[in-house]
Parts: sequence; C-alpha cells; structure tokens
Amino acid sequence: MLLPNGADREFAVEEVSFSIGRSEIVCIVGESGSGKSVTAFTVMGLIPKKDLVPVAGEILLHGEDLLSKSDRQMRRLRGKKMGMVFQEPMTALNPVIKVGDQIAELLEIHGNMSASARKKRVIETMEDVSLPEPAKLYNSYPHQLSGGQRQRIMIAMALVLEPGLLIADEPTTALDVTTQAEVLELIKDIQARHGTGVMFITHDFGVVADIADRVVVMQNGKVVEQGTRDEVLSAPSHPYTKMLIGSVPSLTPPNRPIPEVAETALEAKALNKTYGRVGFFEKGRLVKAAQDVELILRQGETLGVVGESGSGKSTVARCVVRLIDPTSGDINVVGANIAQMAESELRAYRQKIQIVFQDPYRSLNPRRTVGQSIVEGPMNFGLSGTEAQSRAENLMRVVGLAPEALTRFPHQFSGGQRQRICIARALAMEPRVLIADEAVSALDVSVQAQVLRLLQDVRERYDLAMLFITHDLRVAAQICDRIMVMQRGVVVEEGRTSEVYANPHHPYTRSLLNAAPGRETNFAQ
Amino acid sequence: MTDHSQDAIMADAVLSEREDPSQLAGMLNNRAIFWGGALLILFALIAAIGPFLTLDPTELNPIKRLKSPSAEAWFGSDFLGRDIFSRVVYGARVSLVVGIAVALISVGIGLILGLVAGYVRVLDAVIMRTMDGLMSIPAILLAIALISLSGATLGTVILAIVIPEVPRVVRLVRAVVLTVREEPYVEAAIAAGTRLPLILKRHILPNTIAPLIVQATYVCASAMLTESILGFLGAGIPPEIPSWGNIMSEGRTYFQISPWIIFFPGIGLALTVLAVNIVGDGLRDTLDPRIARKI
Repeated sequence: MLLPNGADREFAVEEVSFSIGRSEIVCIVGESGSGKSVTAFTVMGLIPKKDLVPVAGEILLHGEDLLSKSDRQMRRLRGKKMGMVFQEPMTALNPVIKVGDQIAELLEIHGNMSASARKKRVIETMEDVSLPEPAKLYNSYPHQLSGGQRQRIMIAMALVLEPGLLIADEPTTALDVTTQAEVLELIKDIQARHGTGVMFITHDFGVVADIADRVVVMQNGKVVEQGTRDEVLSAPSHPYTKMLIGSVPSLTPPNRPIPEVAETALEAKALNKTYGRVGFFEKGRLVKAAQDVELILRQGETLGVVGESGSGKSTVARCVVRLIDPTSGDINVVGANIAQMAESELRAYRQKIQIVFQDPYRSLNPRRTVGQSIVEGPMNFGLSGTEAQSRAENLMRVVGLAPEALTRFPHQFSGGQRQRICIARALAMEPRVLIADEAVSALDVSVQAQVLRLLQDVRERYDLAMLFITHDLRVAAQICDRIMVMQRGVVVEEGRTSEVYANPHHPYTRSLLNAAPGRETNFAQ
Repeated sequence: MTDHSQDAIMADAVLSEREDPSQLAGMLNNRAIFWGGALLILFALIAAIGPFLTLDPTELNPIKRLKSPSAEAWFGSDFLGRDIFSRVVYGARVSLVVGIAVALISVGIGLILGLVAGYVRVLDAVIMRTMDGLMSIPAILLAIALISLSGATLGTVILAIVIPEVPRVVRLVRAVVLTVREEPYVEAAIAAGTRLPLILKRHILPNTIAPLIVQATYVCASAMLTESILGFLGAGIPPEIPSWGNIMSEGRTYFQISPWIIFFPGIGLALTVLAVNIVGDGLRDTLDPRIARKI
C-alpha cells in the first residue's frame, strides 16, 4: 500500500502475508505505525482509494480477491461475510439511534426479513453476547450503556449475519481490565460456537497470551514473525519480537528491600472531592470522586495508585497538586497543609510537587519551543534566564535528549521523547514529590519500558518521592514499592506491592489481579 | 548513572530525517491562498496606485453623460458625466480600507472580550448575554441607527460596522479559550506557578490566533458588503466620496438605460469579497491544527 509523499516510509504495509483459518484467532501485534490497522481496514475496504493505494498483492476471502471488487460488491460482503469491531465503542455507535435499531440495520440492508423477525433475531443476538435484559436494552441509546455493554453491542452488530471472518481492531484497549476480561471471554466463546475466524489486532501481549491461536508480529509495515502462540511467546526468533516481549513488564513484583523509615514527603488525610449539589427543588446528583482518602508517601519511595476508570485515582492526584480544589481534608506537603490555601500562598509550594501527564501530545504548548516550556517553571520562581537555560540543558542530558534540541518545537519529537521532555520540565522545578498520572499509558510498550527506566533512575538520582497513578497492573508491579488500590473513590487496599499481589485481601483487588490478561503465561525473558 | 541517551537518540534519528517545512511555505503552496491572495494584492495595488493614474472622479462633464463603455471612458460615464472607471478605482480604496479596518478593530476588541469571557467565569455570563443582545439586532439596522446618531464619516461608518461584527468574534475566541484552558500544558503551567496574565499571554493567546485570522478574513468580507449596502441605502459614506455602494445607489434609477453604472462596481465588490473568502478558506485549511504534524 503506497503512502503519500512526506511519510516516513514508502509503503504503509509491504509484503504482508498471513492467513486466518476458520475457528482460529489470529492476533496481529505491533506498535503504533506498524501497519496493523491499515491491514485490517484494507481487508474491509474502508480506506478510500485516493488516500492509500494498494499496488500489489491480493486479499482472499473464501477464495475471492477483495482488492479486485467494486465498491458495490464490497458493500454486500461487509457485514455478511466479514464483520468488524472497532476500538472506541462510543464513537463507533450512532449516538441518536437506539442500539437495537443499529443492529437491525444490518439485517435490513442484507436481508429480506420483516420488521418483527428482525427484532427477534436482534434480541437473539443480544442474548448471544450476554447482554442483560435484551428486550429492554433494545430501546436504549449508546450513552445509556456502559463501555463494556457498548462493545458487546458492536460485537453483536458484527456477528448478527454470522460472517466467516471477524476483524477486531483493538476492541478492548479502551475498556477497564475487568471489562476487558469479560469481552475477551465473550469473543473466545462466540468464536468457538460459531466457528468464526478472528483477526484480533492488539498491542497488548497479555491479551495475545490469553486468546491467540496464532500470532503475527508487524513492524514498520512488514511482518517480522508469525507462528503459533506458544512458538512466538516462549521462543521468539526475530530480534524485534524478542525486544517487544522483553519489554512487557512482569506481573510478579520483584523483591524489594524494606527501606528504612524516611521523612514523609506527602500526606493526605481524609481527602474528599465531591462534585455536584443536591438541589432544593431539582434532583441533584452528588458524585463522590474521592472519599476519605488517606495517603502517606515517604521520601525515596514510589507509591502506586491503581484502579480502573472512575476509581478516583486521577482526582486524588490532581487534588494533591491543587489543580482541582478538594472539598475537604488535609494535604501536607513538606509540613504545610496546602488543601485550602489561597493561590498567592500556594504558589511557593507548587514548586515542591510536580506532575507529568498522560498525553504526551497535549502536554506541551505546540507554539512554544521545548526549551521555553522547560524554563518557564524555574523562571517563575526567580531563576534568571541563563541559569534556567543551563538547568534545562543539563536536564535534557539527564533524560537522554540532546541539549541542542531545546530550540525545537514539540511536534518535531516522538511521543516517548515528548514524555521525556515533560519529565525534564517537572524536574526543572527541583520538586520533592513527582506525580506520574498515567505517564506511560499512552506510549508503545517498547518506549514505555524506556520511560519507566528513566523515571526510576530519576527518582533515585534526585531522591524524589513518586506517586505513580496507573491502571496497568504489570507496570505497577515493576515500579512501585507500595501500592494503593482504589475503587469508586474509596481506597480498598494498601500495602507493599509484593504482599498485595501475592495475597490480596479485598475481593476487588482479587478480581483485578485475576482479570489481568496473560497472567498464566511466562513470557520469554 | 544510567545513560538514557541511547534510547532517545535512536528514536531521534528517525525524526530528524524528516524535513520540517516552514509554515509560510505551506501557506504559499495552498492554491486558494495563492490565487485569492494574488487577486487581493491586485485590488490593493489598483486602490493604492490607481487614483494617480486615472481621471478625476468628481469632474463633472454633463455633455458626456451616460455614455456606454468606450476607449475614451473604459467603464462609461454616469448621469453627471463622471468617469465611472475612475470612480470605481477610488471606490476600491474605500472598500478595502473599511474592510481591513473593521476586521482589525473587531478582532482586537473581540479578542480581549473573548479571552476574559473564556477565562473569568464571573464575567462570562455578563459578556455573553451582552453579545447575545447585540447579535439579536439585525446588523444593517444597527449600523444605520448608529450612523444616524453620530453622523456619517469614514470613521463612524467603520465603527458602526464593527459593533455588530464583534459578537461573532467573541464567541469564537471564547470557544477556543474554553478548550485550550483544559489542555494539559495549561495545567502544567499552573502547576509550575505561572500567573494568570502570563498564562493568557503565553499559552492561551497564541493558540487562538489561527482560527482568529480565518475569522478576520470573513469579517473583512462581510464588512465590505455591509459598507456597500449602507452606501446603497444612502446611510453610509457621504456621496462626495466615491464608494462602490454610493455608485450603485446613484446608478439605480438609470439601470434600464445605463446598466454599467451598477455593473462595474458590483463586479468589483463581488470579486474582492470572493478573493477575501477564498483566502480565508485557504488559511483555514493550512492553519487547522488537526491537520498539523501529529506523529
């Protein structure tokens, strides 16, 4: 497939060959830019011919070459012979049409059933994907469903006509780990029952370990390795595959020496954040984003805050940095309670506690050079221009980037590099506490490993206290000394990482650990 | 001490091979901007230099009245014998001056109001309701009312057109400010202790400029049209100064015998507004950050 001019390689995908048999799940693994999504979309014929041109090869579905088909012929095949499930269920479903009707649409287009027969079939399919109360859910709109339910609707849509091939493009990436486990079970179950061939695209090796029959590894548009699941995961042959698998953090926390008691860097007591009001005449809605959270972070240690979306972990992080104001409670940073401080007084303390955000593409002002972004903080606190500049240059070296790059703009750096710059920016303030709010979640797994190493190194070098927010249990296992598990705003468990992982007390912690994909697999090290 | 440079440098090498074209080059490549801009520059040149090369637009020559376009009078003459070509060239000056002045002033005012409305919650409601009120009055009527209060000169006409144009700009700026202030880099600046005025100047303002420039071109086009309408209705620039609206207004009664009096200024206006709109569309496409270089 030929890429337009100006891209970093000539072909989006090159010489890609693989096959998917009936009743088999083939996982296509790769990092961003590997071409896995392009391959999937080309099979479905969803890429406009003027954007990406296929220049060679064929795609054979049940023996027929899809690349030679006209648009009209492709439309007839889509849904009936091959179905697709996308990554973001919220945007893949039409928000103003009832979900039942969206599934029925497929039956309408491809068949001759009457309206009542269609409805019956839709409800059957909804039962097939384990949706509760299908008759009632038929009339719901997408926004009324949970993420997992929406994804099940998408799967129902893809399967209602019983196609031979199901293409799933990162279908569980946007879901919580417990929901992900359920959806993966569902896909395995359906595939077994209907004999569907599944092309499952993912970047998560844990998922691959759980559901794949065969694995195809892609890099920069080419297939670098393929084989059965056991072959590829336990004994990979290509260096890229080895590197990828080696970058997957293990779910077993390493043994850490119990540190001597150090001073408290950060302490939160009875921290509460509640949104909304109870109105007198109107029905109000109170959302308790964080309830009575207690947190102690000592100098030199990394505390992990683990939870799914809506658990309150980001709320706690942002309260602690005072990006949002807590409703009540105390936050003690180097001795002072900053929970309710006015901005003028607070400013001095901002220097002590810094944060690195999740999205490297939005964390830097696109219109300022990287150097300007880094020196902004120190100059706010009185450092002169030249001093701040030399500090910035030094920090760039620490994070592994060339000091000359300070004059460049954010868009000239990759995601991993931008995240390093954000770390440098945080360090420029010489804080005591560093908060990483899902700082590696948006990065490819190989880059993630590098940035994690950097964070650990930086923590040691500057003797920082680090608060590490994540939903990824593997990352938390490897980097955190202690761990705090949150569910719906409440801290449900806390303790040393190795103990919590080995003997979880709270049922929620147990379900989290059980849901982590690939926990039984031993990845090649 | 671990050296992280190897990790970063490998990724760096891939990136530095990619040339970063300057934004200006990107803009000039865009066909819309190129041709629209060329047309506009042509009109600007005509407006600037033309008056020195043409006949006197106010010279009355009743013997030669209502002559059709000929070698002597390229666009013909009007009912007082004045040369229409000269009048149209002079009129270009008025239109361009009014268009650009209105665009600059309304964007300036709108920017300040929009920034305040977007960032200061308390003032947001006050400012936006005032803007809603202004928008509910039809622009032409509002302009006519303002001119009748203050008399008609170039300055008052510009001001009268600015006032109805401001609310649109304020809305746009406010919308952009509301999204930009949620961006992580603004939060990072707050966490770094940057004060509010600096945050507005360094982080919010630069990211509002791009959509604002595009809006400015549309305001310019709209202002030129409004000025002509006011002139046509007799409520705009005083009749001694030739403006396209005035010319068309005077030519109205003679339309059946001498259509060129309306025709030529009309074409001039249409082409100029078209050029401005095309440039605006082109700018919008090149400056759209979503198309920007995300890796």
